[in-house]
Amino acid sequence: MSPTDCPAATTSTNLWMPLEMLIVDTISEIRDVFTLVLSTPTDFAFRPGQFNMLYVPGFGESAISISSDADRPQQICHTIRAVGNVTRELQKFGSGERLLLRGPFGTAWPVDFDGGQDIVIACGGLGLAPLRPMVYHLMNRREQFGTVRLLYGARTPADLLYREEYPTWEQAGIEVRVTVDQADPNWRGPIGFVTQLMRQFPWRPQHTAVLACGPEVMMRYVALEALGQQVDRHKIFLSMERNMNCAAGLCGHCQFGPSFVCKDGPVYTYGQLEPFLHIEDL
Amino acid sequence: MGIGQAMPEIDLTRSYLIAKKSFPEFLEALQRLGYQTIGPTIRDSAIVFAPLERVEQLPIGWWDDQRGGSYRLEKAPTEAWFEFVVGPHSLKNYTFPPRQTVLRGERQADGRWQFEQPLPATPPLAILGVRACDLAALAIQDRVFLGSEYRDESYALRRQQLFLIAVNCQRSAPTCFCHSMNCGPEVTTGFDLALTELDNQFVVQIGSSRGAEVLATIEPQPASSELEERARQRVVHLANRMANHATLYQLSDQPGEATAARQTQRHLNTEGIRDLLYDNLHHSRWDEVAQRCLSCGNCTMVCPTCFCSTVEDIPSLDESEVARERTWASCFTSDHSFISSGAVRQSTRSRYRQWLTHKLGGWIDQFGTSGCVGCGRCITWCPVGIDLTEEVAALRDPASKREG
Repeated sequence: MSPTDCPAATTSTNLWMPLEMLIVDTISEIRDVFTLVLSTPTDFAFRPGQFNMLYVPGFGESAISISSDADRPQQICHTIRAVGNVTRELQKFGSGERLLLRGPFGTAWPVDFDGGQDIVIACGGLGLAPLRPMVYHLMNRREQFGTVRLLYGARTPADLLYREEYPTWEQAGIEVRVTVDQADPNWRGPIGFVTQLMRQFPWRPQHTAVLACGPEVMMRYVALEALGQQVDRHKIFLSMERNMNCAAGLCGHCQFGPSFVCKDGPVYTYGQLEPFLHIEDL
Repeated sequence: MGIGQAMPEIDLTRSYLIAKKSFPEFLEALQRLGYQTIGPTIRDSAIVFAPLERVEQLPIGWWDDQRGGSYRLEKAPTEAWFEFVVGPHSLKNYTFPPRQTVLRGERQADGRWQFEQPLPATPPLAILGVRACDLAALAIQDRVFLGSEYRDESYALRRQQLFLIAVNCQRSAPTCFCHSMNCGPEVTTGFDLALTELDNQFVVQIGSSRGAEVLATIEPQPASSELEERARQRVVHLANRMANHATLYQLSDQPGEATAARQTQRHLNTEGIRDLLYDNLHHSRWDEVAQRCLSCGNCTMVCPTCFCSTVEDIPSLDESEVARERTWASCFTSDHSFISSGAVRQSTRSRYRQWLTHKLGGWIDQFGTSGCVGCGRCITWCPVGIDLTEEVAALRDPASKREG
């Protein structure tokens, strides 16, 4: 590009300018995990699987997925583990305070399935949070899908996120199966990995999509298990985590293979990830 | 030029002459037109871009001896003005500065924050001495910062203000391989004016209407076809010599000159290079290079296309104000890939692999172009002289393959 045909600069792109949203509720979830409920501006919309950059001036930003119903964008939820400088600050916020954020960013879970698809949601730990919008999406149009199964693994029963909602989800026609790594005396469910839950029902591989989020090693095995069940690699969807700084593909931190997780992801098909997912330290 | 006088006719398809003794007037003309003039100058024993008020600040009669891990300025056996090649600076220092504020916030009396996104206010810059590889790097950064969904407005503003006076290289360093990347040595596009140095004058090509306007103000003489041809031959001579990379590199072509450095001109075979890298992510060569690499990030700082950055908060002591500052970042640090479970790239092996596969492979997927222009800065400024052309050759060599 020569200097003369360089596109004219405009000030229309305000990448770094945060939005301000009112916190209408805070919910204590499991240990170190909390949810902020925000009232959004009227024009705010998002798709299931997308994330926002939550901002605390003086501390910085943290990329957090939106964990609420995309059909009700008037209020959004962010479920956060207090683990770093920014997220520990976020934990101090209360109802009535205002939160700054940029977003939404990133790719979404697929929603345009052919009629009657079976859906398998496989997640681990906090990986349920970015998939909860998908649970609501399916509930809101449950008749358009075949069997919908949510397979969820957590370290212990005390680490099960959104536990009080499972009965509602089941009533809405979503089969919820939960497993833990370590039981407590009251646990009556299975012990083991999410992949074991994937072997406990019949598959219609031609008519099934798998959506997974959790630790990378867990997603790798979920994908391999789904492939073993003959599910097409382009109908297995994974949500990746990398370091997000700008969220616009300009800062380079979130690269994974040839892609930017912030804009080409976080949701990818296994077919897209396959050449890179099994390579250490990429 | 007085009011009422017609601007001299400038023919964009012709070449013109600027005598070396008239060069001060050319600089003055640029300054009169409102440009801050920038050019190569010597600082800390290296040639870097800096404000250039006078011709005497140019490194006239100096050249650089560049090798893997080594950069030395020496007195050249000629009084040529542009006999050196590229130094550690590139145009990105001006379009994508090492530090800039992207957002500024102030806490109001009611506790709410008010923000502004400051846009840079810099005078138009006329940068002299830009090489073909620098122009190629600028075109690549245009794609990075302006070509995707999100445009970097501060980059666009700074970019628009550049007036680029390129210089055709007549000498290459052994670390140069622009010919392999189709980025040089001849300046072909992306400039306002391009100079080819002859003994006492420059032959000037015009690259833009803005270039023609600036040139018109000094009322230059057209170049004779004989001088045009002489300039042309100088450029072709270097291109041929670089293309014939098997020949020994010499510091000077002058017969009888001491040849301080006899090294082979670097060359990079780019055939199928994206797949070569992606198919060899387990190659044992990554372990070998990791034994030498210090993970210092110098290569990413001097690279004219590396664009990684980090935005961090700089609050005032009383926390009533905050600046969000963007600084250059490097994929060779552990912070770069840090997520809640720790750094994704823990090892030097994984960081060097990330840098090289991104530079020569990932860039092609992301921006439709290689991220390398063959300027050789990363070879020269690597403290241990790691040479990417050598690393790629090793990845290509079936004999070196051992699954890591």
